[in-house]
Amino acid sequence: MNNEGVDQSKRQFLTTALTVVGAVGTGYLAVPFLSQMQPSVKTMAAGAPVEVDISKMETGQLLRVAWRGKPVWVLNRTPEVLATLKTLDPELRDPQSLESLQPENSKNPVRSIKPEIFVAVGLCTHLGCSPTFRPEVSPPDLGDKWKGGFFCPCHGSWFDLAGRVYSGVPAPTNLEIPPYRYVTDTLIIVGEPAEGERA
Amino acid sequence: MKNLITLLLLMILSFGVRASEGIDLQEADVDLGDKTSLLRGAKHFVTYCLGCHSIKQVRYLRIALDTHADEKEVLKDIAPLGASIYDQLHSAMNKHDAEKWFGTQPPDLSLVARSRGADWLYTYLKSYYSDTSRPFGVNNLVFEDTAMPNPLWQLQGEQHEVIRKTIYGDRIDLVLEKEGTLSEKEFDQMVNDLVTFLVYVGEPVQMERQSMGKYVLFFLFMFFALAYLLKKEYWKDIH
Amino acid sequence: MKPSRLNACGEWVLDRFPLASLWKDHMTHYYAPKNFNFWYFFGSLALLVLVNQFLTGILLTMNYKPDAKLAFDSVEYIMRDVSWGWLVRYMHSTGASAFFIVVYLHMFRGIMYGSFKQPRELIWIFGMLIFVALMAEAFMGYLLPWGQMSYWGAQVIISLFSAIPVIGDDLSLWIRGDYVVSDATLNRFFAFHVIAVPLVLVMLVFMHIVALHEVGSNNPDGIDIKKVKDKDGVPLDGIPFHPYYTVKDIAGVGVFLIFFATIIFYMPEMGGYFLEHANFIPADPMKTPEHIAPLWYFTPFYAILRAIPDKFAGVIGMGGAIVVLFLLPWLDRNPVRSIRYRGGIYKKALALFVISFIALGYLGTQPATPVMTNVARVFTAIYFGFFLLMPIYTRWEKTKPVPERVTAELSLEEQFPAFIEAFEEITEVAPEPVDDGQHHAFRSTFFSRRPNPEGIRNVTTRLAKKLKESLD
Repeated sequence: MNNEGVDQSKRQFLTTALTVVGAVGTGYLAVPFLSQMQPSVKTMAAGAPVEVDISKMETGQLLRVAWRGKPVWVLNRTPEVLATLKTLDPELRDPQSLESLQPENSKNPVRSIKPEIFVAVGLCTHLGCSPTFRPEVSPPDLGDKWKGGFFCPCHGSWFDLAGRVYSGVPAPTNLEIPPYRYVTDTLIIVGEPAEGERA
Repeated sequence: MKNLITLLLLMILSFGVRASEGIDLQEADVDLGDKTSLLRGAKHFVTYCLGCHSIKQVRYLRIALDTHADEKEVLKDIAPLGASIYDQLHSAMNKHDAEKWFGTQPPDLSLVARSRGADWLYTYLKSYYSDTSRPFGVNNLVFEDTAMPNPLWQLQGEQHEVIRKTIYGDRIDLVLEKEGTLSEKEFDQMVNDLVTFLVYVGEPVQMERQSMGKYVLFFLFMFFALAYLLKKEYWKDIH
Repeated sequence: MKPSRLNACGEWVLDRFPLASLWKDHMTHYYAPKNFNFWYFFGSLALLVLVNQFLTGILLTMNYKPDAKLAFDSVEYIMRDVSWGWLVRYMHSTGASAFFIVVYLHMFRGIMYGSFKQPRELIWIFGMLIFVALMAEAFMGYLLPWGQMSYWGAQVIISLFSAIPVIGDDLSLWIRGDYVVSDATLNRFFAFHVIAVPLVLVMLVFMHIVALHEVGSNNPDGIDIKKVKDKDGVPLDGIPFHPYYTVKDIAGVGVFLIFFATIIFYMPEMGGYFLEHANFIPADPMKTPEHIAPLWYFTPFYAILRAIPDKFAGVIGMGGAIVVLFLLPWLDRNPVRSIRYRGGIYKKALALFVISFIALGYLGTQPATPVMTNVARVFTAIYFGFFLLMPIYTRWEKTKPVPERVTAELSLEEQFPAFIEAFEEITEVAPEPVDDGQHHAFRSTFFSRRPNPEGIRNVTTRLAKKLKESLD
């Protein structure tokens, strides 16, 4: 071996160049490897929009449908419930839904396109359990303050019947409202945004 | 070592030879870059084959994406009524009925081009001839006693077998007895479209794969060139 | 003050983990002979392919379903619906074949330069164990796509065990977990393929390398470089593995990847040799394909199995073909390692062995006609003859004197001028064609050359003489 007269700067340059090219190559290989863990076309097909026929729903009835594997609730609210909702604001964390997820057309106090039909993703915004539907007022186990709503059994979060979270419970925001639109007066498509809305 | 290389080369050269039961296969002219041929083939498939055969591994969405066709057009022109863009090409045929009618279930054709090869399919579809001893009145030169009736007979017409004596022994030729609704050229084109589509569904990614390959190879050549220069530079030390 | 923080962290680790000394002992102060040639790339390439198989294999298990009803479709699901699934799958299937190509060449290198001899017997044994584990891994992995070839291949190979007297039938039943290859078999093969055998492989590779670094690498001259050291105790013919062989291996990796990518992107089926055509038909326990052949890397052994006309003897022959390889260090009685200084008889024997191995490999892919079977018998005899007669013929061998120091060898790039010269000699410039305005497309210097019969004769005779000389 003879290390005299070695052009160190050339070595350095070539080493750096090869490292950079190698890193770029590894990066390009990492993209397919990582994106293979993305949802596949099959998953996307299973997550296609679902139609919900609400023509036979009675007032006060709750329908559960699966969209992208998540439970989606469709609730036909009674006029009494709608009246109660207006009185709850002081007890709620985000009554105007400013920090919560919903399409623009559901960003109102009752959080729906048509006031009586409430559509929401039935997963607690705390850690993803599905809350129980408790429409009754002041049941013995929940106490007098309960005006009907959704109760999360995992960590005790309270939501009203517009999916709005109460203050002082673990859940940070209101329940998520999925994009949906009315095809006819009695047919909803969950997963497709309404005209003029972003997906 | 030299022997090893020569023999390896010989083996590589003999690749791609597939058994064809003694019949000379006609060559299909498959060009996956020809999207109109592919879409025509898809349409023919849905019209003539989907009645019995599914392609359960391919979705209409994929066909639309790969041919740059509009999703709505694919649903309207190709897919049967009421199919969703996410649906695979499922046949509506009931398995038990199929068993009753044909004695066997029509196979799924997703991978038929990869197991049989394009030329075999092309020749097979063109090699039906009248044979009254068979339940459907037809037999096939390439696939003897096939359970499949000829779905294209109205287009092609009826063929009969003619034995021709040659120095190599008897050869069977097929002669068109009754004209079909398509001319011979039109029919060949149609079968070719169909085969093109089947080759495509065998591996939908193949066009993308090949076009991607050149960039990968270009990159690797660059990588090698740099690595070689670096090796040379370092190995100056070694005497 | 950030760098010193970082240094402190580094120190903290180094005080507790011998990273620096590991790096020093196995990279910068591991002295490898300086005369490695092209054959010495395949060890590091095998390691690269192993990593490739692990990474792509892990990704594949995320979408593969080891269930007889779902397996075939789940592979096609990976090929079509999973994003980039096709690339990962082709990398894995091509990697399997590449693994065997690289390992066979690596083994041949060992046989050629006597790398299995004292004091490297244990490296050879570990290597052979890796080879056996690799065969098990490949065999069980090949069942997973659940195509016709997967199914019937497994059926045939597992039935081999039933040839063993007394316990055979019960043993093959136990391996399958069913009367035929079935869902139970698929499930357990999956477990072996993704967990059990890979763990064994990694352990064996580790021991293979540890044993190698204990005694040091052999070289094309078969000389012990540790005999001649300078005053610091560094072998005069040794160079640090890092940076010299790391940069060299990286260049080798570049060439390998070019081949690898060409196959993946342009010929993933390799004409039915890497992915068999019949394996695109889902497994059907009711119908055997007309011609079943194992994947190419098993065909030499498969041909031996078929060449022997008795079931049990065939299985013994097939197993024996692998077992004799284990015994190589003790069969070869000649102390000279490298083929360069060995007698003509060994060179000729090795050449015959290579020819018979490749011929058996080819015959294993073909249908077993009576003629083919007889040819396979001849080659089987040569295959075993190479090993079993070795204790005899290596004793008579007239070896050449082995030099004290390693010799310089022309590298590939230094041989280019000779190749160009040979090309010039076997071709001559065609006379300028009459310009009729039609053929000017062919007037490049390359195409204007045509074969020169006299030159070809000269070059061939020279080559033949050289070949004869080198075989003496």
